[in-house]
Amino acid sequence: MAMTVQLDVVSAEERIFSGLVESIQVTGSEGELGILPGHIPLLTGIKPGMVRIVKQFGEEHLIYVAGGVLEVQPHSVTVLADVAVRAEDLDEQAALAAQKRAEEAMQHAGADFNYAEAAAQLAEAIAQLRLIQKLRKK
Amino acid sequence: MAGAKEIKSKIGSINNTRKITSAMEKVAVSKMRRAQERVAHSRPYAEGMRKVIGNIANGSIEYRHPFLTERPVKNVGYIVISTDRGLCGGLNTNEFKRIALDMKNWKEQGAQAQIAVIGNKATAFFKRFGGKVLAQQTGPGDNPRLADVIGSVQVMLKAYEEGRIDRLFLVFNKFVNTMKQEPVIEQLLPLPKADVTAKSHSWDYIYEPDPKVILDKLLSRYVESQVYQGVVENAASEQAARMVAMKAATDNAGSLMDDLKLVYNKARQAAITQELSEIVAGAAAV
Repeated sequence: MAMTVQLDVVSAEERIFSGLVESIQVTGSEGELGILPGHIPLLTGIKPGMVRIVKQFGEEHLIYVAGGVLEVQPHSVTVLADVAVRAEDLDEQAALAAQKRAEEAMQHAGADFNYAEAAAQLAEAIAQLRLIQKLRKK
Repeated sequence: MAGAKEIKSKIGSINNTRKITSAMEKVAVSKMRRAQERVAHSRPYAEGMRKVIGNIANGSIEYRHPFLTERPVKNVGYIVISTDRGLCGGLNTNEFKRIALDMKNWKEQGAQAQIAVIGNKATAFFKRFGGKVLAQQTGPGDNPRLADVIGSVQVMLKAYEEGRIDRLFLVFNKFVNTMKQEPVIEQLLPLPKADVTAKSHSWDYIYEPDPKVILDKLLSRYVESQVYQGVVENAASEQAARMVAMKAATDNAGSLMDDLKLVYNKARQAAITQELSEIVAGAAAV
């Protein structure tokens, strides 16, 4: 029987995969990686893309991850996956939007009701903006 | 029988209210179940993160990340998670009391508070209460996503990096069980010692590209995931609190209706008795 290693693929929102695998292929921030059981400890960022795993008894499986961090220990491998593709400028935009909302919310006293609606619309606009940028990158 | 009619319409309106509260209770029950599942789903990620960060902190690396080092406290930051809607008992009020007390304590030590709020109730509270609000986010509702909290978290992390705050706390309602939710204040930054101390070991990772980059990425992800977990836990608490509050309201409406029915029947019987005695008196007079 082939050697196996425990693999956990988790994101902040859910556990994506957990089980014994024979090998893992993933795109690290520095290049392609193939991980077999007994690998020495390694920590690296991973790029958005497919993780190809060979499960126990040779069954192949593909998982899409939107980036994250890969931790390798001789007997366990953990993929801490992001929930969505992350870009520096988008994070900054989100931060700016949150700041702007704070200013608006504090200034317009008593406009609670309309404000909630406006914030929802703003959130929607930001989501659309993100999608557009993602599409442009492709 | 004017009194009886009034009472009857009152019973009707209470009955309608009871229908609404019992419907809200049932909705809260099913939403709570889903929210609890979400709490369970987000746990493995935070655990994995904690393990890795613990390993790095103990590993023999020369780079000390600012998120891991204590510094004298001149300003404190809070990320306050509240609900968007009311009708959930004392959930938000208890939380705000707790944070107001904590802020007062820090103020006595000369530390000013800066706040990032998530949820409409907290926004409204700090508008009245005062305080420097750096970021605001409408509550993510029943289906929170990690992306919802990134903005507020980034603002606070930046403030921490630039030294505008020296400590960062997360305030939310912890879901203990269906009957009990507790407002808690957890320290996010610098990472509490308990989180980063694991057994000592003599090995270290191979880092690609280098420890600094990965640690930066990991730590900000870690804080985000903690805040996200706070959001989902707060959502579960909200539904549980609403469920209990609505159950109490439904029960109250029921007992109120019983009381009113008694009064109504008495009034009805009194009216009949009076009518009878009038007829009898009339017949006797003839």
